[in-house]
Amino acid sequence: MKIVCNGEALEIAPGTRVADYLSRLGLEASSLVVECDGRILSREEYESHALQDGSVLELIRFVGGG
Amino acid sequence: MFAIPEFSALQESISRATEAEVLRALPAEHPGLAGLAALLSPAAEPHLAALARRSAAITSQRFGRTMQMYAPVYLSSFCANRCAYCGFSADNTIERRVLSMAEAESEAMILRQRGFSHLLLVSGEAPAKVGVDYLEEVALRLRDRFAALSIEVQPLATGEYARLFSAGITSVAVYQETYDREVYKKVHLAGRKADFDYRLETPARAAAAGMREVGIGALLGLADWRAEGLALGLHLAWLRKNYWRTGLTVSFPRLRPAQGEFKPLRPVSERNLSQMIFALRIFDPDVGLYLSTREEARYRDGMIGLGPTRYSAGSCTAPGGYGLADAGGEQFEVGDSRSLAEVSAAIQAKGFDPVRKDWDAVFQM
Amino acid sequence: MLTIAGRKFRSRLFGGTGKFSSPEVMQEALAASGCEMVTVALRRVDLNNPADDIMRLLDRDRYLFLPNTSGARDAGEAIRLARLARASGGGEWLKLEVTPDPRTLLPDPIETLKATEVLVKEGFKVLPYINADPILALRLQDAGAVAVMPLGSPIGTNQGVLTRFQIEIIIAQARVPVIVDAGLGAPSHVAEAMEMGADAVLVNTAIAVAGDPVRMARAFALAVEAGRIAYEAGLGAVSKDAAPSSPEDGLGFLR
Repeated sequence: MKIVCNGEALEIAPGTRVADYLSRLGLEASSLVVECDGRILSREEYESHALQDGSVLELIRFVGGG
Repeated sequence: MFAIPEFSALQESISRATEAEVLRALPAEHPGLAGLAALLSPAAEPHLAALARRSAAITSQRFGRTMQMYAPVYLSSFCANRCAYCGFSADNTIERRVLSMAEAESEAMILRQRGFSHLLLVSGEAPAKVGVDYLEEVALRLRDRFAALSIEVQPLATGEYARLFSAGITSVAVYQETYDREVYKKVHLAGRKADFDYRLETPARAAAAGMREVGIGALLGLADWRAEGLALGLHLAWLRKNYWRTGLTVSFPRLRPAQGEFKPLRPVSERNLSQMIFALRIFDPDVGLYLSTREEARYRDGMIGLGPTRYSAGSCTAPGGYGLADAGGEQFEVGDSRSLAEVSAAIQAKGFDPVRKDWDAVFQM
Repeated sequence: MLTIAGRKFRSRLFGGTGKFSSPEVMQEALAASGCEMVTVALRRVDLNNPADDIMRLLDRDRYLFLPNTSGARDAGEAIRLARLARASGGGEWLKLEVTPDPRTLLPDPIETLKATEVLVKEGFKVLPYINADPILALRLQDAGAVAVMPLGSPIGTNQGVLTRFQIEIIIAQARVPVIVDAGLGAPSHVAEAMEMGADAVLVNTAIAVAGDPVRMARAFALAVEAGRIAYEAGLGAVSKDAAPSSPEDGLGFLR
């Protein structure tokens, strides 16, 4: 199914959970904020929340800044 | 809440001030409370002329070469307090009077005729005679004909000040009389005024209610004037921090003879009064400074341009004193009995402009 | 000791984490600065390079992270970034930065005030970045900001404290700590800010792009200390005119 992540269109397997997707990218959950369809997900939800067709994901982290 | 330190602590910090600290405070842009203490101290006395020059320079920068004119209207001499120093004390047998609405208007119109546009409405502290309803009515009647109306009456609640502000009162004067709790207790023998803390919080309540200006002061002669000056500085600084939108003024009523023959406990000379005025001007360049007709004409003329920015003229301190037959007893004897025209001429002779009007109550929402 | 929103800081120098040549240099420089709070920004993870995490070297037990809302052009964007920052474990601390003009990066006063009012109500500890406008500083304090951060000069310009006279007013009137931020290009600039009475300063660019950022960070730390000690020790007043002792002309009327 198709999702949009950080503005890019991507193909992923149906039923993929957020936590799975993050680990596939090699991302540590603790250093991130995940917004799905405009809603900020709690850490607990990464395990349970399954991505849908057309989900819009934003993966945000701290970076250097003044 | 504003808290004042022990009066003895204020005195102590002033007595420790050195000449070096005076000389450092004089040119400083922000002398601070330590600088104020130095300027009020005995160490500053030999430098009175330098204080005068600095005070004059700052006054000129902030206020130009102007003097704001105003006149008091005594609405009532009834008073529920027994203050040892005041002509209106409940103890004293004097002619008591409270003006009717018509009489109050008539007194005010006499002043308007003379050229005044800023009035200070004064009363003894007797809510039964002059309560919020009465003051509200007076304000509503006068607001269209005067640029600014101040009140100097009993301390009121914030909500009451808000009502009066809506009715057209622009500013509130309330003097702590003395910031020394011990002396305060001694001279305020009975009545609501005996509550030191309630009175101390009054300027804040008036500011919170939206009054454009709040006036504070100490009655000079009750306690050590230097420490009163420092307390006033503390009070000003606190009000500036917490009510930054509110204009501030300080008055310097100096004890004069009155009914009851109260002798000042700590007499304040003209030099002392001048030093206090200069010190506060240097400490707070923007504060309005009042010099009333308690003082002699010679002194008031000499001080033009040196710090004070608000002068009254032709004042009567008895209700009905301007135009009514059987005016009541006076609150205090006047030192400068010249008319507005005469005082204005003296101000102009010194190269200053007597300003009769500086606001319009119609701008007030 | 400096206290902001109930938290104590030994160091009055705050650092920024942007513009460093590498995470390692950033880590060393911040350590040399002695700072205890650093700003961080929020950005999308680069999906092509997800392991690139510049922040992995910063110990969050050592440094309080102060997320900023850099990039926000209006209150709405800033509020969204603030909520994201909090959700990422950034705590309630927030440097509110609303900069609609990408050329000057000057902060929008109106959007900053709007966002502050909303975010304070949501429980954030808001430290707004502003132009050195004394009235704006007062309005933000009335709205509940826990500090104010007036700029010395525009971000990255290294011009020092061009806003001196306004910052003096802000400091004189402030009920919360004043942190001079932006444009501090040299240690002498931060010393100047501290001598004026600023409670703290924030430096990023000048350290990050210095020839030797680690040594520069140390220089800034020393300057902050020097400026603060000078302020507390009571600087001599700058006299605009000579103060002669002279006879009492003008006071002859006194009796």
